[in-house]
Amino acid sequence: MGSYIPADTRETDAMLDAVGVASFDELYRQVPPEARIDHLDIAPGVSEIEALAHMEQLAERNTRFASVFRGAGAYRHYIPAIVRTVTAKEEFLTAYTPYQAEISQGVLQSIFEYQTQVCELTGMDVSNASVYDGATAAAEGLLMCLDRRRDAVVVSGTAHPQTIETIRTYCASRKVSCTVVAATADLSTDAAGIAAALDATVAAVYVQSPNYYGIIEDVGALAEAAHGAGAKLVQGFNPISLGLIRTPGEHGADIAVGEGQCLGLPLGFGGPYLGIMCADKGMVRKLPGRIVGETADADGRRAFVLTLQAREQHIRREKASSNICSNEALCAMAASAYLAALGDAGLARVAELSYAHAHYLADRLGEMGFALLSDKPFFNEFATSCPKDAAIIEEALAERGILSGLPLPEGMLWCATELNTKIEIDALIDALREV
Amino acid sequence: MSTIPENLRYTASHEWVSEEDGIFTIGLTDFAQNSLGDLVFVNLPQVGDEVVAGESFSDVESVKAVSDIFSPVSGTIIEVNEELADAPELINEDPYGAWLVRVGGVTESEDLLGAEAYAEVCESEE
Amino acid sequence: MKLLFERSTAGHRHTIMPELDVAVPELPSSLRRATRPHLPEISEIELGRHYTELAKQTHGVNDGFYPLGSCTMKYNPRVNEAAAALPGFTDIHPLQPVSTIQGALGVLAEAADLLAEICGMDAVTLQPAAGAHGEYTGLLLIRAYHLDRGDTGRTEIIVPDSAHGTNPASAAMTGFTVVSVPSNAEGGVDLGALRAAVGENTAGLMLTNPNTLGLFDPNILEITRIVHEAGGLCYYDGANLNAVMGHVRPGDMGFDCMHVNLHKTFSTPHGGGGPGSGPVGCKDFLAAYMPGPLVRRGAGGYEFFAPEKSVGRVRSFHGNFLVVVRALAYMVMLGSEGLAEASAHAVLNANYLLKRLCGQWSIPFGEPCMHEFVIDVAPLKAKTSVSAMDVAKRMLDFGIHPPTMYFPLIVHEALMVEPTETESREELDTFVDIMDAIYREALETGEELHGAPFGCAIGRPDEVAAARNPRVRYDFGGER
Repeated sequence: MGSYIPADTRETDAMLDAVGVASFDELYRQVPPEARIDHLDIAPGVSEIEALAHMEQLAERNTRFASVFRGAGAYRHYIPAIVRTVTAKEEFLTAYTPYQAEISQGVLQSIFEYQTQVCELTGMDVSNASVYDGATAAAEGLLMCLDRRRDAVVVSGTAHPQTIETIRTYCASRKVSCTVVAATADLSTDAAGIAAALDATVAAVYVQSPNYYGIIEDVGALAEAAHGAGAKLVQGFNPISLGLIRTPGEHGADIAVGEGQCLGLPLGFGGPYLGIMCADKGMVRKLPGRIVGETADADGRRAFVLTLQAREQHIRREKASSNICSNEALCAMAASAYLAALGDAGLARVAELSYAHAHYLADRLGEMGFALLSDKPFFNEFATSCPKDAAIIEEALAERGILSGLPLPEGMLWCATELNTKIEIDALIDALREV
Repeated sequence: MSTIPENLRYTASHEWVSEEDGIFTIGLTDFAQNSLGDLVFVNLPQVGDEVVAGESFSDVESVKAVSDIFSPVSGTIIEVNEELADAPELINEDPYGAWLVRVGGVTESEDLLGAEAYAEVCESEE
Repeated sequence: MKLLFERSTAGHRHTIMPELDVAVPELPSSLRRATRPHLPEISEIELGRHYTELAKQTHGVNDGFYPLGSCTMKYNPRVNEAAAALPGFTDIHPLQPVSTIQGALGVLAEAADLLAEICGMDAVTLQPAAGAHGEYTGLLLIRAYHLDRGDTGRTEIIVPDSAHGTNPASAAMTGFTVVSVPSNAEGGVDLGALRAAVGENTAGLMLTNPNTLGLFDPNILEITRIVHEAGGLCYYDGANLNAVMGHVRPGDMGFDCMHVNLHKTFSTPHGGGGPGSGPVGCKDFLAAYMPGPLVRRGAGGYEFFAPEKSVGRVRSFHGNFLVVVRALAYMVMLGSEGLAEASAHAVLNANYLLKRLCGQWSIPFGEPCMHEFVIDVAPLKAKTSVSAMDVAKRMLDFGIHPPTMYFPLIVHEALMVEPTETESREELDTFVDIMDAIYREALETGEELHGAPFGCAIGRPDEVAAARNPRVRYDFGGER
């Protein structure tokens, strides 16, 4: 069996002896005998070679597509080689949360850098050190707006369905009323519907832009409407899109949340990903999760620490702004290294390539009878009609090593990034001719 | 030994109270600020908020602790010491000068302690 | 150390992205961002050296002893990393057709089965992203169960005063009122107080066993019975599962649902704060409320299915999958005896340390302890003014990550020590020598230790200044 215990029987016996017990069983003497088990009903342990072989067999039963035209909340972007070397460093990989600042300046500084980059990217004032993913960031973003007078939220139905479902879960248990306003026929936010739902009980409005269907929403107008009714505006964003399009800060959002997976994290079947949360500076003490701040030691040396901890569960307990403890620190570090490796010019290029490829893809698909379902501006995703059964198209393309757009009730949802080159798109069109 | 002015009245939860023309001014005692340590934030309520005797209406934070502040009276907050928003350390520096809120329209009050009785409370907690 | 932004030099760059291969359609200026983000301009070598410098100022498990109580900082095996880096796991989209992700569903199904057996539960979801997220999910199940039965008055969750802070915070997030019960003189649940606390309002009890003092509560069967008889359910906080794995199962102690922390018990790395993973297990009668989708074996292979009365998703997709991959590699490798052996040695190491330290240091609870124990520095403080904080900070000079400080709250000068099973006797003995040395220093030089550490990159940071005037991002000032 496998073991990571650095002791042989001689040492073990000597330690048992030092403790004054004859056997391991005696150490468990406080456990009621009727609750004890003598073994677990699972397979015996194996060697490292066998364990890895088992994992490889599982990995081989998954299909890796050479060409991916599916996004819908998880995006295949290029990961610069240096990003993986940064997050593989054992110190970063294995450290605990940096509560002991004197021996954790490295990880603390990296979070401070990440927070700064998030603010720069979004045009917001303050960022936390991350939450679990984009969906929980959206839910937490809405809940942090609640106060004694306002206990309802309004959500645009153009957001990612899993984000909406997560928001509903988080609201239901807290008895927060959650109104989802259905999308319009052109797959964008029903601004009139949102306006009609705004009353004196609404704490916040959630809108995602680019939305689930890739469309760039008029967030500025929604922010104005929300503010006019005394509510906050929480915007969901795609970080890559902000290399090109207007930022939540420029729209006047109070809180911005996003799924950070596209910033240097692998698809990884959905996780771990990165929940980005940032806000207007007036809301810093309501932000959930850890926050790193700059200060100095007694000799005036710059120092970074976890700060504003009195917001958090380990101090405020049942009155904390959230129960979050573990976050996605290593994913935040990957995102920070990604943004640093690219720089502004690189980020602008990724955004431009994704935008340009998606529009080229839409044009070419149009030639094949996949018509755009909306004439609104889009970033790197778009929904089309489907000239044949979407399941048949999906399967036929899969046989050719291509992951198609995502089948939707309305048609298909397509995505392109910098990795979907003109050559690859042309090959997709050739493949579709054969379907 | 903490300072306990004779002219104020106190709660067992370490708030001080002074009353003038039906307006109650509430703050934190020297004993309270001492045991909390350096305050870093005061979570102030809003003017117009209703307060209930014996219930929390605000809290103060130090680096590693948070402490509720209880209202000794029921009424409406008519004034908040906004200075504390940017300078919570005023409570550490001058606890009896750095009042938190003024409450009017008082309908109910807890039994308040005199300086001597409050000194005994502090002693028992030391 | 310079910040990324202070290393930036105009014109330095690293070419990653290719030139455009198609035309860029016009984007109206009203949709374009008006200001550019201030990101560093930096070459690859400068970036590489930056992170190497940061790594040198970060204490990881391989840098030295890490006896951080309640966090289970055991060794993170390399084969786990090798498994999680397999392209067949990293390069698959979460919304691929089910026929193309049979291996991934296999990972979820195998991990769920193993965890169910280890915990004595019937069903497991791998969706929750961390321990606290798992607590929240488990409490959603408890809430849904009562409401589904029309039992709408059960609004209270009982939490012992020694509990992790996440317990009351999770209960509040789920809309419950928290009822705190005091510990008895032995640090366990006070049965009288528990009997007085339960009633028709009781939705459930949250408990970790062994508790945060490192003690296995011998009354555990009575505790869960009291709660059940009052109509409540019992939630097990799996933070301390590393003490009992393979020896006693929460399901057999009477718990109805629970979470496990894969980043503690199952050896996945903590990543400087995350990602973790907090799978939730439950008994059959709660399985219909689980967040969906779950995985099962169907006629044509693995398939997803939606639990009938699901509480809904608690996040996107299928949880922190690559963390689950690591934990599965660990469970497969250790197997039945290996997992039990890991826990037994975690308990032995803690008892060995306790025995060697208790002559000098005050350790009010234990003998036997389970996988951790709490040192009370109060007697030393009374004698020398040296606090738990001072002792912890002095350890830094010896290359040791200090124990958890000032927790649990019921011991005022607490140092909570959890050595884990992956430390050798030699390492434990060295720790004892260092503790002896610090004790002597406290007696001899006392107040000097208020200034510790003396040899780290920085001294104690001014946390008051940090919290009063939060500076949480770099100020580009005039550069803008």
